[in-house]
Amino acid sequence: MSATTAPAYTKKDFQTDQEVRWCPGCGDYAILSAVQQVFPELGIPREKFVVVSGIGCSSRFPYYMNTFGFHTIHGRAPAVATGIKIARPDLDVWIATGDGDALSIGGNHTIHMLRRNVGIKVLLFNNKIYGLTKGQYSPTSELGKKAKSTPYGSLDRPFNPLSLALGAEATFVARSVDVFLPHLKAVLKKAAAHKGSAFVEILQNCNIFNDGAWENLTEKELRDDHTIAVEHGQPLVFGKAKDKGIRMSGLELEVVELGKGTTEKDLIVHDERHPNPAYAFLLSRMDASPGFPTPLGVLRAVDAPIYEKQSADQLAAVAAKKGKGDLAKLLRAGDTWEVR
Amino acid sequence: MATTTAAPPRRKETLESAVIRFAGDSGDGMQITGSQFTNTTALFGNDIATFPDFPAEIRAPAGTLPGVSGFQIHFGAKDIFTPGDSVDVLIAMNPAALKMNLADLKKGGILVVNVDNFKETDLKKAQVAVSPLEDRSLEGYRLFPVELTKLTRAALKDLGLDAKSMDRCKNFFALGMCYWLYNRTLDATHRWLDEKFGAKPVLAEANKLAMKAGFAYCEATEAFQVTYEVPPAKLAPGVYRNLSGNTALAMGFVVAAQKAKLPLFQGSYPITPASDILHELSMYKEFGVVTFQAEDEIAAITSAIGAAYTGSLAITTTSGPGMALKGEALGLATMVELPLVVVDIQRGGPSTGLPTKTEQADLFQALFGRNSEAPVPVLAASTPGDCFWVALEASRIALKYMVPVILLSDGYLANGAEPWRIPEISELPEIPVTFRTEPAGFRPYEREPHTLARPWAVPGTPGLEHRIGGLEKQDVTGNVNYEPLNHERMVQLRAQKVAGIVQDVPDVVPAGDPDGALLIVGWGSTYGAITAALRSQRATGHRIGHVHLRHLNPLPGNLGEVLKRYKRVLVPELNMGQLVWLLRARYLVDAVSYPKVQGKPFMQAELEAKIQSLRAH
Repeated sequence: MSATTAPAYTKKDFQTDQEVRWCPGCGDYAILSAVQQVFPELGIPREKFVVVSGIGCSSRFPYYMNTFGFHTIHGRAPAVATGIKIARPDLDVWIATGDGDALSIGGNHTIHMLRRNVGIKVLLFNNKIYGLTKGQYSPTSELGKKAKSTPYGSLDRPFNPLSLALGAEATFVARSVDVFLPHLKAVLKKAAAHKGSAFVEILQNCNIFNDGAWENLTEKELRDDHTIAVEHGQPLVFGKAKDKGIRMSGLELEVVELGKGTTEKDLIVHDERHPNPAYAFLLSRMDASPGFPTPLGVLRAVDAPIYEKQSADQLAAVAAKKGKGDLAKLLRAGDTWEVR
Repeated sequence: MATTTAAPPRRKETLESAVIRFAGDSGDGMQITGSQFTNTTALFGNDIATFPDFPAEIRAPAGTLPGVSGFQIHFGAKDIFTPGDSVDVLIAMNPAALKMNLADLKKGGILVVNVDNFKETDLKKAQVAVSPLEDRSLEGYRLFPVELTKLTRAALKDLGLDAKSMDRCKNFFALGMCYWLYNRTLDATHRWLDEKFGAKPVLAEANKLAMKAGFAYCEATEAFQVTYEVPPAKLAPGVYRNLSGNTALAMGFVVAAQKAKLPLFQGSYPITPASDILHELSMYKEFGVVTFQAEDEIAAITSAIGAAYTGSLAITTTSGPGMALKGEALGLATMVELPLVVVDIQRGGPSTGLPTKTEQADLFQALFGRNSEAPVPVLAASTPGDCFWVALEASRIALKYMVPVILLSDGYLANGAEPWRIPEISELPEIPVTFRTEPAGFRPYEREPHTLARPWAVPGTPGLEHRIGGLEKQDVTGNVNYEPLNHERMVQLRAQKVAGIVQDVPDVVPAGDPDGALLIVGWGSTYGAITAALRSQRATGHRIGHVHLRHLNPLPGNLGEVLKRYKRVLVPELNMGQLVWLLRARYLVDAVSYPKVQGKPFMQAELEAKIQSLRAH
């Protein structure tokens, strides 16, 4: 954490004079509002924030944040942000990206940023559709998705963003929902405090091209039976009446009803700091399993060496060993001879 | 009957220059052998030019034609401009090397052949039916069949090495022979071996013994009746070192960053023949150099853009295929107007093409290879040592004008080496850089009137929070703007900024005659061959000039006027005629193209013949 004392900010300090140009009713508004509420609370001077984005609806985000901002090119935000963070580890670097930007055209950069554990916070707005290009299916669209470019249904299996991030051994992996403001803010704060890459998938509604994609998880009547909010140190309990839980059954997870001889003691106690990413991976796979709830919250938060710190340490170690660089010596390295 | 075994008295012949080529299998260490001869020769004081020529395959099947690797060095008591058109001494380690290189050996030239590698199976691998050692095809040469493998093993028999390790030293036997032949000492190579094999002294010892054995073999046998002396060249006074183009670039960028008082950031993805710049820079951490080996070419340039945004001198280094991948990001750098140097070490193409062979065919890609109107300054280095100065110049322009700059080199410059006079620190240019810090009145796209550069306002500066990006900018404010007239103005401003760099481009002064019958216009690595051809042709009494362009965009302000001073204009290029196309379009001059696309540099004789043919008209 920065030792500098930051002024007392309010949400207003992080708003810009630019007119926000998302469609009315877009989930991005809620995310923007949540981030603008969280940033003032982090105790970081405003000029230290850099918000980087690629291309897509979500990537307009930097224009609306009164911080340093860089709207780059499609898919490349993780690479630009990596350059920023390595060159200036003191900056607080955030990425706003979408399912197409981060997982399709920029998939390569995303996995490599995560495996390097560069200290960047990633906000992946997942609406399971291409919005800015007007409604093609995305790499997170469900199989068989009928969209502009797939009138007879899509043929490719979707990525699960959390599984992908965990496969790259991301050190912080979490999920929240655009309309769950208190939950989203809490997750964002945890991401902000994490040292290393923090990957946050935010389930976001595109009311124009994929309205209701997350209805099961957001509708009041449905959400408690379809989601599970994981909390470190707490048993995996869910359901409107808190009457269901998750336990291990061999190498698989199992949904059980509490009571009738099954108690919370039989359930998995969530451990976000488990060193083996396989545990969090197992949780992430519940999405794809009928009858299982969708996990929300922090699935994984572990400490690992941070790329930009290692890079800076290496420079310092070599300089300490060899002494500060001397240009005259550099130019005369190796064998030389004199012509008179 | 005289049965003396003493070596006969030998003649020592003094030469103005000589050309040696070491040729063998990729695994025979020909590049190391050549580099060592080069280093020793440079230290002796000769002027030199080298031409390493190796296959793209790391180890093609041993003994085959595709596996042949060569290293040519031209050294002299006079100015040396090219690696030499033909060879005085050829070392051929196997039949494949002999077959691939014999055509370049001068009639009557010295040919050293490792006869231990001329067995039936070796001949078969080289697709040779009858051994050239037996079919009299080598009669026009001074052939020295030497049992290099056997003699090396004999020399090393007491070291307790296995046969394979001993055989790896046979290149140093050949090197020892060449040192004897040209009256060179072994000291420099001894020093190099001690450093290289510090952890394994037995290998240093083995190579020293092999080299000494080669030297002694020549001394003891009656084979060689003549030794040669090539006296030191009359170079300008100063301290010299031997320098290759890629090392020169790496040093140039370190110096540029130090003079600009900025950290140096290199984003790069390994690619032949550019990877050595990454290898070099990764060693200079004590200068605060950050090297980032990215996941791909796109991340290499975009990470550099990120570093530039935060106040580093940022560079990315690649070759032609990588340049193609960087195109979109170069457009971004043009739009956000951040300083960046993109280095393209050109190689034969298109596509993967000829990864280890040289070409100059990326000029159009550098000038035009982006979507829409995205002008970028382009510079080209002309010799290995010049790479150092061009790196400084490219950095200076990028920082002064807040613009991405493309620096073109090629495989020939990258791997070739020449003696380089080491500049004094006081000779290095200052590179002043100013960051915007004042929040009052800050507007991200307000331009400095003289250069049209926008302010460099890096994250972390209080009060300067602002947004940039790839969308069109409103003039002055930098806000997103789609208005037709604003777009046209911004396109023009970006073009004017690059065109205005001409104020920093020195006028060209032709070498040779300032006017007359013929002007040769070149760029990049053809400098040496054109200079050599110009000298020889002017000596025959014709008025010829030579302009060698370092700045390809913008072109020097007086170039159009200079072109008009000559009756004809000749443009030799290692491509299908790209600069000539540009000159014809820009200056309406009826320039003659002389293209070559063989993956090889021009030979002096080729250029001389072309010049003569133009005179005959």
